[in-house]
Order: sequence, then C-alpha cells, then structure tokens
Amino acid sequence: MKKLLRYLAPYKKECILGPLFKMLEATFELFVPLVVASMIDRGIANGDRPYIVRMCVLLAALAAIGLTNTLFAQYFAAKAATGFSARLRHALMNRIQQMTYTDLDTLGTSSLITRMTSDINQLQNGVNLTIRLLLRSPFIVFGAMIMAFTVDVKGALVFTVAIPLLSVVVFGIMLVTIPMYRRVQERLDDVTDTTGEALTGMRVIRAFRNEQAEADTFRLQNQQLVKMQQKVGSVSALMNPLTYVLVNGAVIALIAVGAFRVHSGALTQGAVIALYNYMSQILIELMKFANFIINVTKAVACGNRVQAVLEAGTPVRDSDEVPEIAEQNRGTLTFSHVSFTYADAAEPSLTDISFTAKRGDVIGIIGGTGSGKSTLVSLIPRFYEPTAGCISVDGIESTAFPRRALRSRIGVVPQKAVLFHGTIRQNLQWGKQDASDDEIRSALETAQAADIVRAKKDGLDEMITESGHNLSGGQRQRLTIARALVRKPEFLIFDDSTSALDYATDAALRKALRSLPEKPTVFLVSQRTASIQHADLILVLEDGHLAGSGTHTDLLETCPVYREIYDSQNRKEVRKHGE
Amino acid sequence: MANETKKTLRRILHDLKHERKWIIATLLLAAVTVALTLYVPILIGQAIDRIEGQGTVDFSAVTRILITVGGSVLVTSLAQWLMSLFHNKITYETVEELRNRAIEHIQVLPLSYLDTKPTGDTVSRMISDVDQFADGLLLGFTQLFTGILTILGTLLFMFFLHPGITLVVILLTPLSLIVAALIAKYTYAMFRLQAEYRAEQTAMIHETVSNQKTVQAFGHEAETMQEFDEINGRLSDAARKATFFSSLTNPCTRFVNALVYAAVGLTGSLAAIRGAITVGQLSCFLSYANQYTKPFNEISGVVTELQNAIACAARMYALIDEPAEIPDAPDAEILKNAEGNVGFRDISFSYTPEKPLISHCSLSIRSGQRVAIVGPTGCGKTTLINLIMRFYDVSDGAILVDGTDLRSITRHSLRENIGMVLQETWLKKATVRDNIRMGQPDATEEQVIAAAKAAHAHSFIKRLPQGYDTVIDDRNGALSQGQRQLLCIARVMLALPPMLILDEATSSIDTRTELKVQSAFQKMMQGRTSFIVAHRLSTIQEADLILVMKDGQIIEQGTHESLLEKGGFYANLYQSQFAH
Repeated sequence: MKKLLRYLAPYKKECILGPLFKMLEATFELFVPLVVASMIDRGIANGDRPYIVRMCVLLAALAAIGLTNTLFAQYFAAKAATGFSARLRHALMNRIQQMTYTDLDTLGTSSLITRMTSDINQLQNGVNLTIRLLLRSPFIVFGAMIMAFTVDVKGALVFTVAIPLLSVVVFGIMLVTIPMYRRVQERLDDVTDTTGEALTGMRVIRAFRNEQAEADTFRLQNQQLVKMQQKVGSVSALMNPLTYVLVNGAVIALIAVGAFRVHSGALTQGAVIALYNYMSQILIELMKFANFIINVTKAVACGNRVQAVLEAGTPVRDSDEVPEIAEQNRGTLTFSHVSFTYADAAEPSLTDISFTAKRGDVIGIIGGTGSGKSTLVSLIPRFYEPTAGCISVDGIESTAFPRRALRSRIGVVPQKAVLFHGTIRQNLQWGKQDASDDEIRSALETAQAADIVRAKKDGLDEMITESGHNLSGGQRQRLTIARALVRKPEFLIFDDSTSALDYATDAALRKALRSLPEKPTVFLVSQRTASIQHADLILVLEDGHLAGSGTHTDLLETCPVYREIYDSQNRKEVRKHGE
Repeated sequence: MANETKKTLRRILHDLKHERKWIIATLLLAAVTVALTLYVPILIGQAIDRIEGQGTVDFSAVTRILITVGGSVLVTSLAQWLMSLFHNKITYETVEELRNRAIEHIQVLPLSYLDTKPTGDTVSRMISDVDQFADGLLLGFTQLFTGILTILGTLLFMFFLHPGITLVVILLTPLSLIVAALIAKYTYAMFRLQAEYRAEQTAMIHETVSNQKTVQAFGHEAETMQEFDEINGRLSDAARKATFFSSLTNPCTRFVNALVYAAVGLTGSLAAIRGAITVGQLSCFLSYANQYTKPFNEISGVVTELQNAIACAARMYALIDEPAEIPDAPDAEILKNAEGNVGFRDISFSYTPEKPLISHCSLSIRSGQRVAIVGPTGCGKTTLINLIMRFYDVSDGAILVDGTDLRSITRHSLRENIGMVLQETWLKKATVRDNIRMGQPDATEEQVIAAAKAAHAHSFIKRLPQGYDTVIDDRNGALSQGQRQLLCIARVMLALPPMLILDEATSSIDTRTELKVQSAFQKMMQGRTSFIVAHRLSTIQEADLILVMKDGQIIEQGTHESLLEKGGFYANLYQSQFAH
C-alpha cells in the first residue's frame, strides 16, 4: 500500500492543505458550545439583548467561515483523490502492457480487471475520505474533551470515562463485523457463481435433467448467505442502542456532577449546557470515524492488491538496437536444444528441441493434447523465454532483437479468434497500422475471408462488436488470419487456428499461403495430419519431446507416433488402400 | 412510467404480505424510538432548569428527572435493537425468497431466452438488483418513516414549548431543502457523465486486458495506452467534478443548519429574557435545532434510493415474468427404454420469424442407425440437435421418437433417453465424481469408475490432487480442454441411453486418445441411434446415413458411397479435402 503513495506525490499540496482546512473548520465548530454558554450566562442572566445579538451573529459567522474552509478542503480532497486514481490506473494499465505472458498467466485476466476497476475506485474513495476525515474526527473528539476541561475539570472527567467506553463499543463492533462481512462477500460470490453456472450450463443441465439439483445447490448457498447476513446483522444491530445508552449515560452523569458543581457555585448553568453539547458532538464524530475506518480498511485491502500487481513478475530486459541481418539468413529460424518450463509447473513442457526452418518453408507441428505444440510456437515471438537453449531468428539470437522489432516480423494467428471493438478495417490494421485498403483486401483474399466482407453492408467499415460476437467462429478465425497477413510477415504462426474452418476452406487457405510472393516461413500447429502432410518439415511432439521430424513420407516410415496419429485419422482409407 | 412504478410497488407490497406483522412491529418500534428520542432533550432541559445557580439546585427533582431519562434511554435502545433485528429478518428473508423464485424460474425458461440474453445481465438482476432492492426499499422505507416522524415530532414538541421560535424554524427549513436540491441537480449531471466515461473505460479495459496476449503479439501496446489515457483523462475530469459537487451537500446543509441554530439561539434567548421560556427549554430547542435538518437530508437521499429500489425490483420481476417454456402436456407420456426410431415429419423451424432456417424437412432414422451430420460452418448442424433434444420446438411439422410426437413426451423422459456430448465442455463446479454422476445421481462408485475408464479418463483423474473428489473450478483451469471433454464423455458413458448426440465431441482430444475413445464409442453406439456432428472422415465414412447440410437445409442424404456417386456438394467437399 505504501508504495502507492508516490502516485499521490503530485498532490502533496492538496494532501496537506485539505486536512488543514478541515481542522480549521473543526476548530470553529468547537467554539459553538462556548458561545452558547456565554449567551446564557451573560446575555440571558443579565438581560443583555445587544450581547445576545452579537453572539448570534458570531455563531452565523463561525458557520460561514467553517463552510468556506470545508469548500476548500472538499475541493482539495476531490482533486487529489481523482488525480491519484487516474495516475494509478495509467500506471497499472501500463504495467499490464509490459507484462510477460508468464505474468499474465499467473495473475489471471479477471483479477486484473477487478484491480483496474473496482479496486481503484474503492481506493479513490478511501483517499478522498482520508483527506477529509483522518484529522478532523480525532481532532473534534479530543478537541471537545480539551474544551470540556477548560470549562470544568471535574465535569470533564466524565468524558475521560465515556470516550474510551464509546471507542471500545464502536471499534469493537467494527473489529468483530469486518471479518464477518468478508465471509458474507465470499458466500455472495458463491451464489453469483452458481447463478452464472446455471445460465451457461443450461443445455447440459437440462440434457442431464439436473434442473432440480442445480436449484437445490443454489437454495443451500443462498440460505448460507442469508444466515451469515443475519449473524453479522445482529452484531451490528447492537451499535446504535449501545452508543445511545453510553452517551446518554454520560449525559446523566454530567448533569448529576453539574448539579453539585452549580450548587457549590463552581459552575454556571450555561457551562453545564456547554458540556452537554460537547458530548453530543463527540458521539456524531465517533460514528463518522467508525464509518471512515471501515472504508479505509477496504481501501487498504484494495491498495495492497493493486500494489501486488504493480510489483508482480520480473521486469523484462529488452535490447534497444535492431541488429543487422545478413540477407542470406533472412527468414531462417533455428531452435537449438531449447527447453521450457512454465512458472510453477513441475515438469518441463518442452525438452531439448532442435530444428531449422529455411525461408519459405512450411513447418507442421503435430502431437497430442498437452504435448507442447502451442508452447513451441509461443517461444518464437518471445511470448515466453526458453529456460534452456537458444532460438535464432534471421541467423541472430532472438534475444538480441528488441521485442517489438522481433514481433513486427511475425504474424500470429492465435488459437482463440479474438477481434476488437471497431470496424473490420481497424481490426485488420492491427497487423499494420497504415495498411491501405488494397493491402487489406489482398490479405482478406489469401485468408479466404473476402466473401465475409463482401457480404457486409458497410464492407470494411462494418462494425465488429466487443470481442466480435456478431460474427461466427469461422468468420472470426478467417479475419484473424487476414489480420496476421496484412503486415506481410517473414514468419507466420498458426496456433491450431484452422480448426473452426471446414476442410474445403482449410485446403484453399493452405494453397493461397504457398503462393504468397513474400514467401513467409509458416509454422502450422494442427491436430490433423491432413493439414500438415504437405509441409516441408513436420515436427512430431510427444510430452514435450521431439518424437520425430521430417516429411510426411519419412515420418510414416520412421516415426511410430506419427504413424499412429495418421492411422487414427485415416483408418478406412488405409484399409482400402491395403485391400 | 409512473403507472409502471405504481404497479411494481403494489406487487412488492403483495410479496411482503406474509411479513406484514413484522413490518407493523418495526414501524411501531420506530415510532417509540422517535418519540422517546425527542422526549429526552425535554427532560434534560427540565433538569437544567432545576440547577439554576449557586445554592438553588433542587436535588430531589434532578434525581427524579435523571431516573426518568435513564428509563427512557433504556427503552429507546431496546426498541432500536429490536427494530434492527426485525428489519434484518424482513430484508434477508425477502431477498432469499426472491432469489429462490428466480432460480426456479430460470430452470423453466426457454433456451431462446438464455441464448439471446447476455448471462451477465441475468446474473446482475439476480444478485445486485435484488440486493439494491432489499437495501433501498426496506432501509429506505424505515428511514423515510422515522425521518417524517422525527420532523413532525420535533415540530410538535417545539410548538408546545414555544410557537414563535417554531415559526422561525419552519420559515428557515425550505432554505435547506433548496440548497440540497440545487446541489443534487448539479451532482446528478456530473455523476451521469462520470458513469458514462467509467462504463466506456471498463468496456475498454475488459476488451484489451482479456486479450492482452493478442495486444502484445501485434505490438499494439502504445496504441492501447493512448486510447486508454484519452478516456482516463476524461474520466478523471468528470470524477473530480462529481466527487467535489457531491461532497458539497453535507457542508452546505450543515451551514444552513447552523443558521437555523443561530436563529433559534437568538429568538430563544430573547424569549428567555422575557421569561417566555426557561433556560432548560432553550437548551432543548437548541438540541432540536441541531437534529432537525438531519432527517431532511436523509429523506432527499431516500427518495432517489426508493426510486432506484423500485427500478431494481421491476428488473427482477421482469426476469420472473419472462414466459416459461411450454410445460409438458398434462397427459404427456413417459418414454421408457426407447427403441430409437427417429422421424422428422415435414418440419420447419426458425429462431426468428424473419429468417426461416429449416423448411419442410422430412427424415426417417431407424433404431440403431448412425447418422453423421456434415456441412460448412454455420450450416445449422447445432439447430438439429436443439430440435431433437427439444431445447427448441419446431414451428411446423413434428419430430417423432418411436412414432410418438416429442411434444407428447415429458422432456425429462425424452432427455433421459438421449446422451449428449457438446463441443462446449461445460462442467459444473463440483467434484469430478459428481460431474460424472450428473445424469445418474445414485450411481455407485464402481459404475463411476467403470464409466471413467471407458472414456479413458480414469488415469488422469487418478493423478488429480484429490482424485475423484477434486473440485472442478473454472477459475483455476486445472483441467485441459481435452480432459474436460473426456469427463463429458464419461458422463454419457455412465448413463448409456438408447440415443446419442455427439457434437464435434472429439475436436479437442488428440487423435491418439481419440482413437481409444472412438473404440469405446463404437461399443457404445452398437445398437444405439446416434447423431454425430463430426469433421473426421473416419466417423463420416462409417455412418449409415450422412446428412449434408447447407444454410439450414439438408441438401443431400445417403451413404458415403452413394453420395460420392451422386457427385454433388458432398462429393465436392470430399474431393477438395480427402482425395489425394
């Protein structure tokens, strides 16, 4: 939490002036009971009308000065709090942009989004309240007590008993309830999850006639939630009655003490009223302060989470200079003895992988689920760094390139076909910022996606809604292929990204890729031998090891794993050929 | 709109009927609390009057009064405490009841509702809308009630003490209201702007952070930051104004309050000099003046809260009122051990009336036949499944199972006879065992393990941290897509119904595992009518009947050989892909 304070640094002035003005306001408020007391003791007792008028004008003036001070304080608080949160959001977003894939995997998308939104909002609220209340409330409480001492020491002793008792009740109840509220939140999360589950799994739930079981689970969780809410509710229900009893008990004590003191002539009637008024002020402030503490506790928890994200992961080292490339090496890619283990994973996902791809080659990568295919290709753009071995791009070790420069040579078609809010043109320009319509159209043509755009009323200007929900899976996939092609990359990576395409489209796409004039080196991850059997080099992965490499015909002879995969997909044909 | 609100309100009152006695008790307790809270300052005033000056203190009277104060304080706090307890009871029971009603209703909503409405929207109706409704309505209502009582009570008590000073208070009151209303108006505009920008930013964060890997893969970080900062700047500006203006309400009304206080002090003191009121009564007036405007602030806040609560209730009711799917016919048959003859008799179907999808389609599938459904992406293969499972009803014609119209069979018994594995591998947040047992909750451990073995899931389940007791949680992503798929298959293996629907079921399993699963499937499909949406040639070739779909229509049907001979769409598809 502490380290977040530097985002507040530009608002140092506001952070000092805000509480200062608040304290000034409080000071003026503390004078009010004294003014009233002298109104009674001097004005009424002596029948001095002009004095009373003067005192009332003074009361109004105190209020006006108090208001002016508060306005400044509120302004400073608002400025500092919102400025702080804006800077923090910027810093966090910026950090997310620089996170490695490993960081993103560990932290998880949904928690990052929560940090960015509700956590920072809560923090903003916390900063705002802190500036306004942190000094004011204790100042009023102790100020009122000190003022009470100046009025009458013996009477004020009641305060020294009442204030600690009140604090014990208020903060005691708070301390008990804060963890209970956390449990309420956890149970509410359970109920929310089950609701979401009931909706997303509706087909399966109905197919397996599980409607009642699902509703029962919900009922049970709902009941547990309500039980917890009732429990915490009955504890916090004690707050008002207890404080009411304490404050009025103190008032009774004050008046009893006051009665003796007045009788002996040590105190005036007005002074008793002043003491009574100070007691009321203290109660109001303590309640405000308790509320403030709850908010700050929440804000600190949020702050710690945000800070954890800002500090998460290892800062990446990056080269600043683009190395010079020998023309004859352009388009080549070499893995030598590359191994990779994911963070927190016990077993390596890739072990000792070596191969070389020449310019224009099509490299097929095949293997079972979890055999390391996707991992292998995600090392090429340095989404992850190998834990051992080295990768050379264009004949140069890939770590010598700045990441951006390296990635600008590579077109990636991810497994999940993700598009962004914006027009089709804007989405395709992700690949190349200044791509002309002609470049876009030729990429679409190659990606077998031209007909999608043609079918749209607004053509390239057709809007794609958030995450591309207004397109079918296959359409999205073809557009993401086009997006990767727009930049005319040296290397093209298809991470199992043709699975939503039907066979005919898949085949046409592969043909079109072969005839691209810029001759990209293509990496094709697939589960289907049919998609890769024409590749120049096929890498067969099993449990992260290279089980075989070579052409389709070689592998059918030499690699039993490949043979098995092939047979599993072409059994009947093989049988027929054999007949 | 006002009419709508009234209707919603009436309905809320109706729903609260069985809580009526608790509500009345709460209101009575509130009245007691308000009356006694207002009575205490009067008593204190009387006590102060008995301690006038040196040597003139009436100790016996002060003692008597203070004992009365003590008594009323104890009664007040007891009333406050009970009030809170009752209030909690009403609120939480109402919420529980409403949510339970909603979840029951969701189980009978037509799939078309669930397919078209975003999940997040429905979840927020059930969770946050219900919360806001309960909080706003019940808390708001008690606040409104006590607020009004306090104002009326204060005026009444003051009036009895001294009508003149009361008049001063009444005359100054509107000032406080005007100030609060002015600020509220300004603040509202600012808040709306802030909410708008915040929504815009949240949407952007959602989109980019969810796809951060893609952003980085395309080196789009700088552009993303640029776009983000632009929105962030606007948001920061709007937030500053909204925060500032909303934080004005309290100081400003406090200021007006202080003016009322000064005015009461002035008129009260002058009256005291004339002997019209005592000093104790003046102190009582001052403490009233201190509390008097507080309920006004609360009430103005409460009104918006109440409106919001009613709006939330309306959204919740809209969900509960959403028409349920047509219930099973009262005389619907229970389908037992179906033979698995499936017939389409001239069926037509469309999701939206403007876009006809399937029209006049007829088919006849005999028990035990294997049907492969093929065709390009988005050709309506899933629709066929939706109809056979009766997730949707045909708009014309009829689907028959063993000669009986689906609509005269209970949904449960129909679905009990069909095993389904969808492409989407949905698992519930429960143990592996409970997921496999989904269709047969009373299956024995041996049966579960046998099913898992048949689906080739047993070996990886054993390696999970708690084996069959491992809880599957979407968020920790402990299972790979392929493993999830194997569990979905085990789920069907356990039930072994006479008909099967497999929707691209094996697409996330590597082909060697698939080979094993396929062999299990072969056994399972033996003698069972099966519909398979598949991309793999082997599955297609082994089918007894291939349905070739395009644009929602079944354009060709037959066996692999007969379709190849025909030289139509299927033959083209085959040539482009499989022929060497």
